[in-house]
Amino acid sequence: MGTATEHGVAVDVELRINGALARLALDPRTTLLDALREHLRLTGTKKGCDHGQCGACTVHADGRRVLACLTLAVAAQGKAITTIEGLGRDGELHPMQQAFLDHDGFQCGYCTPGQIMSAVALLGEPCGPNDDHVRECMSGNLCRCGAYANIVAAIQDVRRRVQP
Amino acid sequence: MHPFSFTTAETAAVALRLAAEDPRARYLAGGTTLVDLMKLEVERPTQLIDITALPLTEVTTLPNGALRVGAMVRNSDLAHNEDVRRRYPMLSQALLAGASGQLRNMATTGGNLLQRTRCPYFRDTAMPCNKREPGTGCSALHGENRGHAVLGTSEACIATHPSDMAVALVALDAAVRTAGPQGERVIPIAELHRLPGGHPEIETTLAPGELITAVEIPALPFAARSLYVKVRDRASYAFALASAAVAVDLDKGVVRDARVALGGVGTVPWRSRAAEDALHGKPAGAATYRAAAEAALAGAVPREHNAFKIELARRTLVRALTRLEANPA
Amino acid sequence: MTAPHAEGTAGVVGTPINRVDGMLKITGAARYTAEIPLEGLLHAVMVTSTIARGEIEEIDTSAAEMSAGVIRVMTPDNTPKLESLEKYQREGGKGTGGSGGGRPTGRALSLFQDKRVEYNGQPIALVIADSFEAATHAASLVRVKYRAETPTIEMASALPSAYPYTQKVLGREPPATRRGDLAAGLAAADVRVDEAYTTPMENHNPMEMHATIAAWDGDHVTLWDSTQNVYGVRGTIAKSLSIPPENVRVISHFIGGAFGSKGSAWSHVVLAAMAAREVGRPVKIVVTRRQMFGPVGGRPHTVQQVTLGATRDGTLTALRHDSTSSTSTLEEWLESCVLATRILYDCPNEETSHSLVRLNVGTPTYMRAPGEATGLFALESAMDELAYALEMDPIALRLKNYAEADPESGKPWSSKSLRECYQWGAEHFGWSRRTPTPRSMREGDELVGYGMATATYPANRMPASAVACILPDGHVTIKAASHELGTGTYTVLAQLAADAIGVPVERIEVQLGDTDLPQNPISAGSMTVTSTGSAVHLAAMAARDKLVQLAVSDPESPLHGARHEEVEIIDGRLTRRANAPRGETIQSLLARHGGAPIEEKADAKPGDERQQYSMHAFGAVFVEVRVDPELGTVRVARALGTYGVGRVLNPKTARNQLMGGITFGIGMALMEHTRVDARNGRYVNADIAEYHIPVHADVPSIEVLFVDEQDPHVDPIGAKGIGEIGMTGVAAAIANAVFHATGVRVRELPITLDKLFPEMSIHSSNSPRQASPSRGFGS
Repeated sequence: MGTATEHGVAVDVELRINGALARLALDPRTTLLDALREHLRLTGTKKGCDHGQCGACTVHADGRRVLACLTLAVAAQGKAITTIEGLGRDGELHPMQQAFLDHDGFQCGYCTPGQIMSAVALLGEPCGPNDDHVRECMSGNLCRCGAYANIVAAIQDVRRRVQP
Repeated sequence: MHPFSFTTAETAAVALRLAAEDPRARYLAGGTTLVDLMKLEVERPTQLIDITALPLTEVTTLPNGALRVGAMVRNSDLAHNEDVRRRYPMLSQALLAGASGQLRNMATTGGNLLQRTRCPYFRDTAMPCNKREPGTGCSALHGENRGHAVLGTSEACIATHPSDMAVALVALDAAVRTAGPQGERVIPIAELHRLPGGHPEIETTLAPGELITAVEIPALPFAARSLYVKVRDRASYAFALASAAVAVDLDKGVVRDARVALGGVGTVPWRSRAAEDALHGKPAGAATYRAAAEAALAGAVPREHNAFKIELARRTLVRALTRLEANPA
Repeated sequence: MTAPHAEGTAGVVGTPINRVDGMLKITGAARYTAEIPLEGLLHAVMVTSTIARGEIEEIDTSAAEMSAGVIRVMTPDNTPKLESLEKYQREGGKGTGGSGGGRPTGRALSLFQDKRVEYNGQPIALVIADSFEAATHAASLVRVKYRAETPTIEMASALPSAYPYTQKVLGREPPATRRGDLAAGLAAADVRVDEAYTTPMENHNPMEMHATIAAWDGDHVTLWDSTQNVYGVRGTIAKSLSIPPENVRVISHFIGGAFGSKGSAWSHVVLAAMAAREVGRPVKIVVTRRQMFGPVGGRPHTVQQVTLGATRDGTLTALRHDSTSSTSTLEEWLESCVLATRILYDCPNEETSHSLVRLNVGTPTYMRAPGEATGLFALESAMDELAYALEMDPIALRLKNYAEADPESGKPWSSKSLRECYQWGAEHFGWSRRTPTPRSMREGDELVGYGMATATYPANRMPASAVACILPDGHVTIKAASHELGTGTYTVLAQLAADAIGVPVERIEVQLGDTDLPQNPISAGSMTVTSTGSAVHLAAMAARDKLVQLAVSDPESPLHGARHEEVEIIDGRLTRRANAPRGETIQSLLARHGGAPIEEKADAKPGDERQQYSMHAFGAVFVEVRVDPELGTVRVARALGTYGVGRVLNPKTARNQLMGGITFGIGMALMEHTRVDARNGRYVNADIAEYHIPVHADVPSIEVLFVDEQDPHVDPIGAKGIGEIGMTGVAAAIANAVFHATGVRVRELPITLDKLFPEMSIHSSNSPRQASPSRGFGS
């Protein structure tokens, strides 16, 4: 029933996701998050608020953690995007994933990909050594189930091993 | 989200031209405010001009000792910049007290200065708001206003300016360098943000299409002893109920010079010259700090739910000054 | 994988194995409702009201309909009338009866059948479009004219209209009780506490927003729904749309947190089915974060008056607890605040009651430990006030009034380890280091406070069914339409089945969340393990029996002729207990029998043990807070909970659940508060930037200890359920610790700094203050 306005016309978008190029025709309003979830079926990146308030959509853009819900897909072109699906290599888990599993760093699992992506990025960020430092650095990732204590334990476990 | 077209500007000149051609165009940098508000239909640009490719990502020291920060420098990079940490610790602390690691990786220096209020009525298109729709009335004035400003308010608007970074910058006498249709100019940050008065919809002194290209922070040796204290409802990832950025130049226990700015309580990043005057020439100590705090909040106007902020801001300022004295850089 | 393994007959139940669904969750492969890909899927977005009470005069959808990508806009003007609701109205249903109330929709839903508006944020239209972006934008273009009426929003001003709740609470408990002679008990008291405690509206805010996808195939509909109750949703859809239940399939494999909010089929669930039928294509509705304030329930506002009387030695002589909670104008929904009070202390003279106040807000619902979380804040705060008034240790006061049997029914407990919880918890926490005087403990510049409270939650159980299927390849499939909300259901059911049959847990596949599977109750009320766990245990035992029978009666089996009880199954191999080398695998046994699986179904339900025993879980929670003496900021520095919850099936997931409950309690105590504009009922902080839930930095290390508790009565597996007890008592423990730290008693949650620092002089004083006006006995 609606008529497409000039502005509603899809644009060609080329995204580099987990090392592979994806060419999509997207409404310019499409966020990176919706491009991943609705167009590329990469649903590991979660939508928890759609307004940059929960961290569930955390992905890496050129190695830095960012929020996919506040990133327009058209503006993400040219960046190397990594999602939870691209974290492991050759079928092996990233040590952070294994640590989350072993420390039971989750319950429902919905915030988990975002927590893990944030935690992996944290390994390359200036963050103090203590649990409290990790808590501050991870505070942009909400977990309503309340698995925080286990998440911190998982992250510290990995940090001790990779940054002794 | 209202439909829009998307353009990437490779140079500032192109960005300016595009903006001049389309009064409903907006610059897109980190997107952390703009995309959020577009989703809420509070911002309805018809064109987005992506300026993140502009070569404005350097932090350099100018011959006069000032630090120039490119407008596209991300908040996390600025927070961890060695010069910033050494010369202006309160700026680094303010940046790290804001938002989250992810948002700081996205948000830019220029964008942070232009972030818009978190007033829930401004963010809700179902409610009247003079800032969003001039003349419709202020819902916060007699509504849920626990988080609202007590300084710089008007009967038209009591929305709090949300930035932490801008509080430190206004204390540091920083200025923005802009490019606009009329060429380049420099605007002190203290003059960038406008008090709401009768026109809360006009938030800055920027002209339409004018682009912030850099922030310049003057040399201020005593700012190496400076501190940002933020008080909020949870331990992290929350906007300030009150915050204070302070730098104090102490000479044998007497305040020779001081910079004071408050956040979370003003409609703009709130430089308090009254507090600075109250500190000048006085012996460092509780009585002086309390007097400065009284002076800083002298003109505060409480509303139904936010009266506590006046005393909280005073105590926050006293805390910042006390802690700075106790832990010199 | 480093999961410790059960060796030999020790079994995997009771061991801390990693979650069996963990791999899916840490790799992003677990699929939640909104992630189901369907061909031709449309996106729908709800339009919600912007007034709290009145009539819709006109809905102008023209701009929305002209907007690119829009397929249909459903409003009260064009939505087909539901025969089921018309019949219900004809037969006298007013839509305002008790929760459920025989209504075909279960809850009072907004399905565009009329033009009434009863709260701000109520769904009033639905925009269906070919993309999320198109639907979202078009929803903003719908223009609505209202005839507004004056709403009732504020609890405080509406309190005079409170009326007693007279129905059975939770369908089984009396709304009010009276035992002994309260007046006489109060007269006999040396010390009295009489205070009002209030808790605000709260919202669940699970990280996954509610979502439903509906797809019709002829007269059959399949719903993927983020629900704690697939059979409940099926019933609501069938009744609402007047179709047979067998025409409705509901699937919910992973739920991204629920906490009670996903226990009911809310408006968007039925709307998705209606919309998909209207447009003839599958439709997805994802509730927005803002829409999670109002249309999908929340915790109501409560005002609770608690009166305690005690003799000098701490013996309770009188206990009164009157709770008034808010509900909507659409339904009578009750927060059952006083139920825990009835069973907690051995007090001869006691009165309890529930009242309701109707407000123009979204209908409240179950929110993690509904009633207990709120009620225990009041009761356990009052007990702390009494302890101070008596100058008695708060644990000693509780032990003095320890209920050796259920004081309300007189029944014995099926098990109770509360004494051990108090004592063990105090010991591990270092309670003896506490100097009771307020403001007497400091560390650096901060005030330190210790607080404790009792935790309790009933050991609920409902009928449940499960199928255990032993496959010819030696694997086992467990089928039960229960749910995985993060509670570890997949994991603990696999553990139960593994031990019952005797196969490694890796060979168990658990299927949940599908109405094609055997019926199970709502996953709520901490009863999934007690109900579904029992059914799985029984089904697996039955399948094992059949397997053993097959072996012992098979002349070709090495076990031929063995007595049933002689046979042992370890790691999928059947042997005679006395002669382990002789045996065979499940695979070889079933291969000889045509390769057919062995399938057994069990229906488990509570029996008359529930008439003989009172069944509750108990615990004690201890917290240390740090309070900034000038700014009033409160941080929980550490928390410790000790619990007697029967058998712990998996200490790793159980500990996580209880830590999560304590974390939820920290949120309740310190920050959670749904703010509603008193003028117009607008949910003001309707997002998760401004509705604060705890972040990493708010949550300290939390210790959880389990008392070894055997309960032979509660259910066949001896477990009591742990989803909610962790949350109970926490708010009171924190409020009590804050009083200890500061001398300020906050009786109105949440304990935000503005309720503290104005009472705390900048120059520290040792005299305790009241944050809210004190009546009766104070300091």
